[in-house]
Amino acid sequence: MQELLKLSGIYKSFEGVRALKGVNITINKGEIHGLVGENGSGKSTLIKIISGFIQPDSGKIFFDGKEVSRLAAGETTSWGVQVIYQDLSLFPNLTVAENIAYNEMLEKRTAFTDWKEIERIARNAMAKIKIDIDLHRLTEELPIGTQQLVAICRALTSDIRLLILDEPTASLTKKDINNLLSVMKDLQSKGIAILFVSHKLNEIFDVAENITILRDGMSVGTFPSKSLTNDSLVELMTGKALNQTRMARQTNSSKVILEVRHFSKKNNFKDISFSLKAGEILGIIGLIGSGRTELACAIYGIAPPDSGELFIHGRPVKIRNVRDAVKEGIAYVPENRLVEGLIQKQSVMDNLNAAIIKSLSHGGYVPYQRRLDHASQWIDRLNIKVAHPLVAVQTLSGGNQQKVVLGKCLSTKPSVLILDSPTVGIDIMAKASIHEMIRNLAAQGIAVILISDEIPEITHNCDRILLMHAGKIRAELDASTIQASDLERMMAQY
Amino acid sequence: MLKKLFRQNETYLFLLIILLSILIGTRNPLFFTFENIAGFLKSYSMIGIMSVGTLFVLILGGTDVSFTAIAQVVEYAVVVLVMKFGGNIFIAFLEAAIIGTALGLLNGLIIYRFKVPIIIVTIATFNIYFGMLYVITKGKLINNIPQIFKDFGNILLFPQTSAIGGTYGLSLMPLIWLAALILGWFILKKTMMGRSIFAVGGNEIAAERIGINTFATKLFVFGFVGFLAGIAGVVHVAIVQSVVPNIIVGKELEVIAAVVIGGASIFGGRGTIFGTFLGVLLFAMLNNGLTLLRISSYWYSVTIGAIIIIAIIASAYQRLQRAKANIKVQIQD
Ligand SMILES: Nc1ncnc2c1ncn2[C@@H]1O[C@H](COP(=O)(O)OP(=O)(O)OP(=O)(O)O)[C@@H](O)[C@H]1O
Ligand SMILES: [Mg+2]
Repeated sequence: MQELLKLSGIYKSFEGVRALKGVNITINKGEIHGLVGENGSGKSTLIKIISGFIQPDSGKIFFDGKEVSRLAAGETTSWGVQVIYQDLSLFPNLTVAENIAYNEMLEKRTAFTDWKEIERIARNAMAKIKIDIDLHRLTEELPIGTQQLVAICRALTSDIRLLILDEPTASLTKKDINNLLSVMKDLQSKGIAILFVSHKLNEIFDVAENITILRDGMSVGTFPSKSLTNDSLVELMTGKALNQTRMARQTNSSKVILEVRHFSKKNNFKDISFSLKAGEILGIIGLIGSGRTELACAIYGIAPPDSGELFIHGRPVKIRNVRDAVKEGIAYVPENRLVEGLIQKQSVMDNLNAAIIKSLSHGGYVPYQRRLDHASQWIDRLNIKVAHPLVAVQTLSGGNQQKVVLGKCLSTKPSVLILDSPTVGIDIMAKASIHEMIRNLAAQGIAVILISDEIPEITHNCDRILLMHAGKIRAELDASTIQASDLERMMAQY
Repeated sequence: MLKKLFRQNETYLFLLIILLSILIGTRNPLFFTFENIAGFLKSYSMIGIMSVGTLFVLILGGTDVSFTAIAQVVEYAVVVLVMKFGGNIFIAFLEAAIIGTALGLLNGLIIYRFKVPIIIVTIATFNIYFGMLYVITKGKLINNIPQIFKDFGNILLFPQTSAIGGTYGLSLMPLIWLAALILGWFILKKTMMGRSIFAVGGNEIAAERIGINTFATKLFVFGFVGFLAGIAGVVHVAIVQSVVPNIIVGKELEVIAAVVIGGASIFGGRGTIFGTFLGVLLFAMLNNGLTLLRISSYWYSVTIGAIIIIAIIASAYQRLQRAKANIKVQIQD
C-alpha cells in the first residue's frame, strides 16, 4: 500500500508539558486508521500538528512521499486534509448552511457571498451522509448530536484525501454512529483515507485496518487490527490489564430520597413517575431525543416541568430553578459539559473549587493552601492529567476537562446526584475509575441517577433501570437479572 | 413567517418606535412635520454613521470606545488642513477617510499584536488620541471654519419656506448616514469579509482553524471603524459649523447603547444593520420628542437607561420563548 502521510519522531511541548515525545505514525492511502490512547496521551495534539494548527518542536513529516518542512494552517486543507475537532469548531451564531459551506467558500477565495451557492454546497454535503437538517437554523439551537453531523458535513464539502475525526462518535446516538461508520466505509471505498480517534474500542475494531496506539505522548506502535483483541489493545494503551465485571451491589436502604410523580412537559416528556432510594443507582437508558436529558433538566430546575410533583424525603418540594435544586441537595453533571460546566480560562484549581468555595472559606477568606489541597485531592481521586493545579482548564485534553467538571460537582457532597452521560469521551481506565467512584458514592448513601445510552455502563452499575423512549418511560427493569443482550433487544424495538 | 417576525428584536423595536411617535405626535403635532423629521435625522447623522462601525466591533466580539476620539481628531485636523492648503469638500472627505482609517488601523494592530481586550486598548487610545489633540491645539476653538464645510452643510434637498420666512429641507447628512448603513449592510451580508467578522465573533478558534485570516479581519474592522469615524467628523463640522475639540467625545456610550438596543450582542457574533438603524432612530426621536414636549433633557439619559434595561429583559424573554418553542422530544403515547 502506498503511504499518504507519514510522521516520524514528533516532539511537542507546551510551557513545560511534554505532550508528544517521539511519535511515529504512517497513514496509507485509502485506509481507515484508528488512533487510540488514554486521556491526555496526545491524540488531539498529534491531530493539530497534522492539520498545521500547531507546529511540532521537532520531527519529520512526509505527505505523498515528499518531505514537508512546515505545515501551515490552511495549507493542509489544500492537499485535501480535513479535520473535525473534538470541540467541533462550529460557529454557533451562523446557520447550518453557512457552517457547512464556509470552508468551501473560503477556498474559492471569492470576495462576495453567494447564498444560493452556500445552500447548494450544504445540501450536497448533507446528501453524502444522507441526512437532512434545516439549513436555516442557527447551529447553537441544535442538539449536540446534530451539531456533530454539521461538522462532518463541513469536512465533506471539498475533495478530501484524508479525513481526520477526533472522537466523532462521543455524543452520537447508536443509530447515528452506525450511520457514520458506514459513511466512513463508503468514503474509504472512494479512496479517502481516514484517521479516526475514539475511546469506544469496538468502533475502532469495526472499521479500522490499522491501529496506532499512543501512551503518554509516545507511540507504542501500529498494529493491524486483526492482530489485536480488545484486551490486548487495552493493555497496550494502559500498560495494565483491565477486568470489567458486573459489580454485585446491594441497596439495603429502603429510605426513599426522591420521588417524581406524573412529571409532564410539553415537547419534552410525559407522565414520568419513579422513586429513588438512598444508596441506589437508578439507570435511565434512552437515546438522544428520548427525553432523558430533558427530564434531568426538569428535576434540576433548569427547565421545570409543566405539571407533576416532586418529593424529597417524603416532603413535597417545588423546584423552580437551579438554586432550589441545589438547596435540596441535588447535583447535576450535564451532558454537554465541555461548554456548560467550566470556565475555560481559569485554573483547574479554581474550577474544581468553584462549587464549594464557601465551605472552604475562613470568614470570607480562603487560604491558598486549602484551595490547593482540595483541588489536589480531586485531581488524585479522578486521576486528572495536569501538570499543576494552577494550569488553565482550556489546556487540558478533552477527557481530562470532563473529569474536572465531575470533580467540581462531586465535591458538593450532594444527596441526589444526576449524571448525564458521565463517561462520554473518557478513556477506558478512567471510565472504570469513574464507575467505581459512582458506586462508592452510592455506598455512602447518595442516590444516583445515571443517564446513558451505553448498555454495559447501565447494566454494570445500576440497581434499577428505566427505559425511556419518545418522552415516556417504557419499562422498569431490575438490573440484577437483566442481561445486556436483552436490554439491547428491548431498545431496538423502538 | 409571523412567528419568525416575533422572535426578532427589530420587530419589538419597530413597534416601540411607532408607539413612541404616536405618543409624541398626539401631544405635539409639530413632531410629524417634514421640518422636524429632517431636523432630528440631520442632528443624529453623526451618531448614525458611527453606529455602523460600533456594530462591526460588537459583532467581532468587543467594544470600541475610541471612535469618538478619532472623529474629534479628524474633525480638527481636516479643518486645519483645509484652512492651510485649501481644497474642496471631496478632498476634505478623502483626508478624513485617510486619517480616520489610519488611526483605526493602529487600534487594530495593537489589539492583534498584544492580544489585549478591545475595550482596554481603545480606552488607552481614546486617551492618547484625545490627549494629543488637546496638547497640540491647547483646546482652542475654531469658529471661523472654511466656507466649503458651511456650503456643504447648508445644501438642502426639497427646500421649503417656513411660515416665519426661513427655509428648511432635507440635508445631505442623513443621506451619508444612509450610505454608511447600506455600505455596512453590503459588507456584512454580501462579502466574505463580512461573514468572517461574524465567524470570528462566533468562535475565534474555529475561525483560525478553518483558515480565516483573523488578523486581516480585525484590521479591516478597526480600519472601517476609523474610516466611518473620520466621515462622521466631517459631517459633524458641516452640521455645527464650528470646531469645539471636546464635543464629540462623550457620545460613545450613547452610540454603543443604540447599537445594543438594536439587537447586537455584547458577547459577539450577533447584530444587524436594520436593528442598529432603529436603535439610533429611537434615540433621535426620544431626544426630539422630549424637547417638543418641553421635558428636561436630563430625562433623556434616564430614558435611555430605562430603555436599555427593557431591551435586555425583552431579549432574555425572547430567548426563553425560543427555548420553549423548541421541540426537543417527539412524544409518542
Ligand atoms: N495548549 C496547551 N498548553 C498546555 N498543555 C497542553 C496544551 N494542549 C495540550 N496540552 C497537554 O498535552 C497533553 C496531551 O493532550 P491531548 O489533548 O493531545 O490529549 P488527548 O490524547 O487528545 O486526550 P483526550 O482523549 O482526553 O482528548 C495533555 O496533558 C494536555 O494537558
Ligand atoms: Mg483529545
